[in-house]
Amino acid sequence: MSHDEHRTGEGATEGGTGSHPVGGAASVPAKPVHDGHRVELRVGDPVADPGLGTHEPRPTDIDPAAEKRAERQISLLFAISALLTLGFCVAYFAIPRDTEFAGTNALNLTLGVTLGLALLLIGIGAIQWAKTLMDDHEMVEMRHGSSSSAEDRAEALAAFEQGADESGFGRRSMLRGTLLTSLGVLGLPAVVLLADLGPLPGDDPRKTVWAKGVHVVNDVDGKKLRLDDIQFGQLVNGQPGVFFETEDGEPLYEGTELLNAKAKASVVLVRMVPDEIVNAGSAAKGVEGVLCFSKICPHLGCPISLWEQQTKNLICPCHQSTFDLADGGSVVFGPAKRAVAQLELGLDEEGYLIAMGDFPEPVGPSFPEFYQD
Amino acid sequence: MSTRIETEGSSTASTKRSYGPLAGPTRWIDDRIGLAGLAKKQMRKVFPEHWSFMLGEIALYSFVVLLLSGVFLSLWFDPSMVEVEYQGAYAPWRGVHMSTAYASSLDLSFEVRGGLLMRQIHHWAATLFLAAMLVHMLRVFFTGAYRKPRETNWLVGLALLQLGIVEGFAGYSLPDDLLSGTGLRIAEGLMRSIPVVGTYISFFVFGGEFPGSDFIPRIYVAHVLLIPGILLGLITFHMLLLVYNKHTQWPGPGRTNDNVVGYPLLPVYMAKAGGFFFVVFGVTALMGALFQINPVWAFGPYDPSKVTAGSQPDWYMGWLDGALRMMPALEFTVFDWTFSLNVFLPGVALMGLLFGVLAAYPFVEQWVTGDKREHHLLQRPRNAPTRTAFGVAGITAYGLLWISGGNDIIATTFGVDFYTITRTLRILIFVAPVLAFIVTKRICIGLQRQSAETVLHGRESGIIMRSPDGAYSERHVPLAPEAAYALTAHDRPDVAALPPATDHNGVAAPHNRVQHARARLSRFWYADDRQKPTADELEQAHAHGHDDEPAPELDSAQEFQGVNELGLPRRH
Repeated sequence: MSHDEHRTGEGATEGGTGSHPVGGAASVPAKPVHDGHRVELRVGDPVADPGLGTHEPRPTDIDPAAEKRAERQISLLFAISALLTLGFCVAYFAIPRDTEFAGTNALNLTLGVTLGLALLLIGIGAIQWAKTLMDDHEMVEMRHGSSSSAEDRAEALAAFEQGADESGFGRRSMLRGTLLTSLGVLGLPAVVLLADLGPLPGDDPRKTVWAKGVHVVNDVDGKKLRLDDIQFGQLVNGQPGVFFETEDGEPLYEGTELLNAKAKASVVLVRMVPDEIVNAGSAAKGVEGVLCFSKICPHLGCPISLWEQQTKNLICPCHQSTFDLADGGSVVFGPAKRAVAQLELGLDEEGYLIAMGDFPEPVGPSFPEFYQD
Repeated sequence: MSTRIETEGSSTASTKRSYGPLAGPTRWIDDRIGLAGLAKKQMRKVFPEHWSFMLGEIALYSFVVLLLSGVFLSLWFDPSMVEVEYQGAYAPWRGVHMSTAYASSLDLSFEVRGGLLMRQIHHWAATLFLAAMLVHMLRVFFTGAYRKPRETNWLVGLALLQLGIVEGFAGYSLPDDLLSGTGLRIAEGLMRSIPVVGTYISFFVFGGEFPGSDFIPRIYVAHVLLIPGILLGLITFHMLLLVYNKHTQWPGPGRTNDNVVGYPLLPVYMAKAGGFFFVVFGVTALMGALFQINPVWAFGPYDPSKVTAGSQPDWYMGWLDGALRMMPALEFTVFDWTFSLNVFLPGVALMGLLFGVLAAYPFVEQWVTGDKREHHLLQRPRNAPTRTAFGVAGITAYGLLWISGGNDIIATTFGVDFYTITRTLRILIFVAPVLAFIVTKRICIGLQRQSAETVLHGRESGIIMRSPDGAYSERHVPLAPEAAYALTAHDRPDVAALPPATDHNGVAAPHNRVQHARARLSRFWYADDRQKPTADELEQAHAHGHDDEPAPELDSAQEFQGVNELGLPRRH
């Protein structure tokens, strides 16, 4: 590249004669001499291209003292960076894992700050090097059109046609047909092989572990609930009692099975003065004003947990669907379409709350077969 | 300078032509893979300089940071949903049953030295990666850098952004804490909303019912292998196209559609871009040290019966969540099939709509403007008022969806009823983008007029002159030729003319309905623009204006047409 020869490091002389001149025409700024520049006015353009401006030397270009100073400053940045990296390694071994400093983990803070600053200083140093000490003459490079030349294109097409012709792909229709068929059919195993990704849905989305006689228990300690355990206006989180039962010391539900069951069976219990319940059908499914609703939002399945005691509204914290528990869990506001499902309650002989069966409809988000049997 | 520094490169090498210690290895490599031909061209490749060209670099570098920190995390993270009893260092959850994935996230945070730092660097870099990609895309959009021949790279960029969003969400899901589980619960609901096949998709993805025990291992493979692999390939292609098409540049003195003016890759951009990588890495490391992000230990393991109020997704999912919150309850059943459009439209279709519109935009614009030329010069947003207005309208809609995603936080922070916020947003989502479009277009045209005025009359000096006959005028400073050129170095667009209603035989032309639509759109696109001044206008202004003279010419009282609202005499 010819312009390299014009660079002598002082930045004082500039070439305008090379095939790719550098830095603008210092001698005749008003009249650009670069090739590739339109010196003439384009049609309708009011102002002619004055060409690249002249190169303004930086202090480091003309003052050796400034140059030395810049070099020292940048070296200092790199040196501090190296020290910080060493500090990182020392901190790794020196600071115990659980030390607190200023309300945060001291090890995390020290490692991060030393590493971050070390990296930052390398970056700043390199950029500063480029900005102050590396040659800053602008260079001009000509563009090429993005397309290939017409000849290349024609030759490529001809080569392709010749190749295609020699293969006989166009002529031998039986070969072509059977090959394409065999290749196309290969797509099937790619899909078929995925069939074991999951079981077919079947009835699973429709059923929960609730059944007649399953106790409704407190979700934290699994204690069975009596009517008196729930105060008026109070909302209690409930679970089916089977989640807390054990058989030979082993829980009936645990791990994935428990989570899957919980994702459908979680409920909330609420007690209202019977007069406040405006939906008679809903009131009939409860016991003396204690009603039980699914906790799983019929919109997208978040646990509906925000209870407004005054309005008897239950609000989903994810997308703010609002359900009126005094009106059978109907939707008051928000993106949910369906009312939140209600579980019919009863009492066992000892006066504990039990379910009278499963939910009458699937709980959780809608799915295409929702209303199919 | 001493002559010792041969290894320093060209300054001495060019005089001595002896490549010293480099000669041996260079020959060894070139004898085998012969890269010198490529290297000699590319090493001194010229890149133009502008701050906005660094936005894509931030995305690239944060991706590298993600790869580095991600490899570290993968050494300890165990993507299993097998339940264990936690007995680790964090006391509050000791004895609690949780998935192995969550337990190993806690171990990474509390027991692996530097683990918390790497987790936080990884998460901050992910938010930065997506933010940088989005802003880079806006830069490319508003400056018209996607125009021919760069439409391919625009599409590659869109694919990168979509994959980045999926990748980010996958990573957010992995720790299996309460927040990530809540996000997955919503994602499962979105899958169910897909018409007809939704239930099957959900069962196949989760290996049965939600949450199941298959999802974390599956999404882990997607997160660490599949998606990053595709991202890496697409990023390589993105960069190769950038090299091949060469970078766009701003028009200016000496900067034309046929050249690139800037600095060479070696050494200037090696130092600047390489240094900038360290700056991005350093900043994410400092953020990881100083700003807490996603404290997975705070909310405990995932439990489908629990949720925290004010759950927020990462910022790049906020607009989708906001769309879900804003959407009214639209669900119906036809022939036994339930269509949950209240979920499907905002949750699934909206993303397709956004990326569909973005992918189609360059081609629509090209069709309307009929501009099939190659463009390597960027446009100022003001010089493409319709495009800029579309962009701002899009940003407005995105911003409203995003606000909707935080409607509960806004409600509690500002004490506003969230019903009111949501109802207002439901109206604004239709009204505000239209208003934004109109306002933006007028602002752009106003700025075009201002630019034209500046070219014609020079800059306002702020000096008010009074002439002997008492008239006041402001002195204008003539513009330097470089500045005047920069203000006028853009195309003068052609408004497509309406095609004749009849062909040359006088018969009604059959196929000109499309041409009519195109002409009308073209008029809509350009007709209100203030085109840059012509050479004649400029000459007239110079001959007529005499702005550099102390007083305006007023030959007779008839010519004095009063003063305008600024108190300056009307002259034109």
